[in-house]
Amino acid sequence: MDITVTINGKTHTADVEPRTLLVQFIREQAGLTGTNIGCDTSSCGACSVHIDGEAAKSCTLLAVQADGCSITTIEGMAGDDGSLHPMQQAFMENHGLQCGYCTPGMVMAATSLLAENPNPTEEEVRLGLEGNLCRCTGYHNIVQSVLACAKS
Amino acid sequence: MIPAAFDYVRAGSAAEAIDLIGQYGDEAKFLAGGHSLVPAMKLRLAQPTVLVDIGRVADLSYIREDGDQIAIGALTRHMDVENSPVLAEHVPLLAHAAGHVGDPQVRHRGTIGGSLAHADPASDLPATTLALGATYVAQGPNGTREIAAADFYHGYFTSALAPDEMLTEIRVPKMGGAGWSFQKFNRRAQDWAIVGVAAWQRGSECGVGLVNMASTPVLASSVASAVAGGASAADAAEAAAAEADPQADLNASVDYRVHLAKVLTRRALEASAG
Ligand SMILES: Cc1cc2nc3c(=O)[nH]c(=O)nc-3n(C[C@H](O)[C@H](O)[C@H](O)COP(=O)(O)OP(=O)(O)OC[C@H]3O[C@@H](n4cnc5c(N)ncnc54)[C@H](O)[C@@H]3O)c2cc1C
Ligand code: FES
Ligand code: FES
Repeated sequence: MDITVTINGKTHTADVEPRTLLVQFIREQAGLTGTNIGCDTSSCGACSVHIDGEAAKSCTLLAVQADGCSITTIEGMAGDDGSLHPMQQAFMENHGLQCGYCTPGMVMAATSLLAENPNPTEEEVRLGLEGNLCRCTGYHNIVQSVLACAKS
Repeated sequence: MIPAAFDYVRAGSAAEAIDLIGQYGDEAKFLAGGHSLVPAMKLRLAQPTVLVDIGRVADLSYIREDGDQIAIGALTRHMDVENSPVLAEHVPLLAHAAGHVGDPQVRHRGTIGGSLAHADPASDLPATTLALGATYVAQGPNGTREIAAADFYHGYFTSALAPDEMLTEIRVPKMGGAGWSFQKFNRRAQDWAIVGVAAWQRGSECGVGLVNMASTPVLASSVASAVAGGASAADAAEAAAAEADPQADLNASVDYRVHLAKVLTRRALEASAG
């Protein structure tokens, strides 16, 4: 089936099998491998992207479900001149990552959270990142990063 | 993990969706948010040959007052139920429970109709709407019918819906200022409840629904009778498992589930008392 999706402002039209997962489409068809696959079972959030501005797990969506939508991946967060998005900057400054595997998903979930709730409490940040697992940091600095970004 | 191959068609309206499902027969399935169906298809626990995507039937996403009820379109997402000012005013228990489904990413995509039609006894909204005395509206080739939540659930993942019937609306009585509480016990963030309790109370009237205490969501009628008879929260909660038939799984034994049901019911009754 033919689908057209906009990823980070660029239009992609392709003939996909209906069973193609959105994360496969993003990684294999669009060649954007910043979006990671962690669990592949809807739990870890590493595959989170924005669909029309809201975070979703791209391993749990069919590419055909995103037909006509506007998607942002981690590659779309930095400015054209390479300047980091404020959330990326906050993760860097607050040591919000170690191995970095969960980070693309964390950044996408965290920016979606701040779009809905620009001034969250620490508790709200923790609940808002409930769908994202990190095996390295113990979450503390991730939460600090998101709070720092909200403040800045 | 990739689902088995299937054909995909998109419906623009409920009527078109029912028509399409009718054409393709028993192996076809509706696709709403896909947040129960797609994981099951990836594990090949479900292998429908055709998916009829109803995710874009925009006129089935709404929450509005209708007399002494609130009408909710079946395609309304968990996030919209959670944040609805109409529900916050009239059915706060449902809005609150929707905010406990999975995580924000899941709530951005999953729908109330999908959650109820999926008929998983471990899900939060079946037991909550059951406790609230909701009615579900189903549309099929021969028109629409109303099904009381109490008659809807037949067993694990089985409901009163015929394969060519689509859930279109959920009708929930206004709570009229009743006290309420939602107790969800789980060990990991974003997870389904090991046991959950949804309860409301107004004077001696109350409704208590149990999550994950049988092959269907459970209406704890014995608790309601005990409360009506003047029992204390602690005494009424002793009857929490009277209608239940819990199973053991990796998370909990039968005895532990029964214990949790009593403790959570007591807490819910205490928290929702006037
Ligand atoms: C990581 C994760 C965590 C979760 N945690 C929880 C949780 O804690 N609590 C909880 O309650 N749920 C949880 N869920 C499930 C979630 O609530 C799903 O959104 C919901 O169960 C299904 O809704 P859907 O719109 O995605 O339906 P789909 O997956 O599209 O459909 C589910 C089933 O219902 C049928 N169907 C869908 N809509 C209709 C309709 N209108 N009429 C007739 N049949 C229909 C489909 O054919 C399919 O069989 C979780 C899911 C995930 C992925
Ligand atoms: S890879 Fe999608 S949630 Fe883990
Ligand atoms: S930084 Fe390694 S998984 Fe999060």
